[in-house]
Amino acid sequence: MRRVVVTGLGLVTPLGPSLDASWTALVDAQSGVGPITLFDATAYRTRFAAEVKGFSAEPFVAHRKLKELDRYSQFAVAAAVMAWRDAGLADDLPESVRNHIGAIVGVGIGGLDTIERHHRTLLEKGPNRVSPYFVPAAISNMAAGQVAMRLGLRGINYCTTSACASGAHAVGEAFRLVQRGASDVMLAGGAEAAITPLGVAGFNAMLALSTRNDEPLRASRPWDRGRDGFVMGEGAGILVLEARDHALARGARIWAEVVGYGATDDAHHVTQPAPEGEGAQRAMAEALRDGAIDPARVGYINAHGTSTPQGDVQETRAIRAVFGAHAHRLAVSSTKSMTGHLLGAAGGVEAAFTALALHHETLPPTINLDDPDPACDLDYVPHRARRAAVDVALTNSFGFGGTNVTLALARHG
Amino acid sequence: MSDTEQRVRAIIAKHLEIDLDKVKSEAAFIEDLGADSLAIVELVLAFEEEFDLDIPDSETERIRTVQDAVDFISSHLPRGNG
Repeated sequence: MRRVVVTGLGLVTPLGPSLDASWTALVDAQSGVGPITLFDATAYRTRFAAEVKGFSAEPFVAHRKLKELDRYSQFAVAAAVMAWRDAGLADDLPESVRNHIGAIVGVGIGGLDTIERHHRTLLEKGPNRVSPYFVPAAISNMAAGQVAMRLGLRGINYCTTSACASGAHAVGEAFRLVQRGASDVMLAGGAEAAITPLGVAGFNAMLALSTRNDEPLRASRPWDRGRDGFVMGEGAGILVLEARDHALARGARIWAEVVGYGATDDAHHVTQPAPEGEGAQRAMAEALRDGAIDPARVGYINAHGTSTPQGDVQETRAIRAVFGAHAHRLAVSSTKSMTGHLLGAAGGVEAAFTALALHHETLPPTINLDDPDPACDLDYVPHRARRAAVDVALTNSFGFGGTNVTLALARHG
Repeated sequence: MSDTEQRVRAIIAKHLEIDLDKVKSEAAFIEDLGADSLAIVELVLAFEEEFDLDIPDSETERIRTVQDAVDFISSHLPRGNG
């Protein structure tokens, strides 16, 4: 099996519309959370979110094509183009090469804003006024399709949809394809844009969101005693995964190596994690086994860490169960304390952050961890980023439906 | 140029994001103006809104050029409009 490396990263996050802006804000412990501006949230229990700010799709998508792309696909195309350039891949690769480059872009929901807007047209004006762009913009695989059209990628192309693990599944499946030699290069990650009237109402109805309206910047506080739910985020994170020999042959800069992938399901409850994070334990253990990784080599875990009362405890227990005494020697942080929860995009964005942490030897912090929950007793890198050269790092993503993904990345070179 | 024709041409220019002076009578939507089948349906929806018309799908397929659109709309306008 071929070794697989990360040669390109592209990010559009609530911390900034690019890789550099996002990473700089992340290690500077900034929050991307603020009042909801995308619609009037006055009547909502939660009136804040981590919106993407300062983003324009137009450098990446022709203006007249914009109506084909929901906001989530615009984020995906922007992140993919940035990742492609970051990888130093040429815009004019021959067809024979592009036939073997694919894209898997995960999304938890799809074009929710598009669905809501066109449904309004249906109700107000009737079925014969619904736009022909409704279906193409709304469907969940269109981010991947638009990425392919924009970059001329003629290999395998689809989306993974597994709620908040969508982006992580995409990276994991792309890793397998490159390992097996089915593709030399894959673009993989996730995108989401669900900060819409129906989206926020739905998560509010589940009591899943923080309602700390008076202190939105302090609302996402994983493992803190005062946590009261997650903060919705949006954006996209795309990685270029490449066969190591292929990357070395073209002299590509390598951010990190992907070394393991574990995916499981709790088979327990629609939204609640299994007791002791049982499914998460098996995902982490499987990623370690997959990469033949000695657990003692793992120095950092980018946690799922959503800031929900139950989830944070179960993930902590799962880490303790998998690593034993080593659980207290490794560092764990939740970048969602700063980005909010990007749902289907989270796995892509956090895999990118994990690769950057390895490469820059800098662990992003968990902000707002002022008063740790006694049930959460690991080293969560509170408040400030930390310099640390780590050999192997994991990134966890868990989703409704009991689905769990762990990716293992290693420092390269 | 009739008021109807001016309005039709303005809608075409706006929806296809092209300059008004490119919207010539003989221009074909797909071959000359860069539209695809989806864009034509969207354009017909815009005509229906603007002129308060219902354009059947069978007619949509026959609207190939700017002149086709002007002719169809002019001949189907409700009385007293245009």
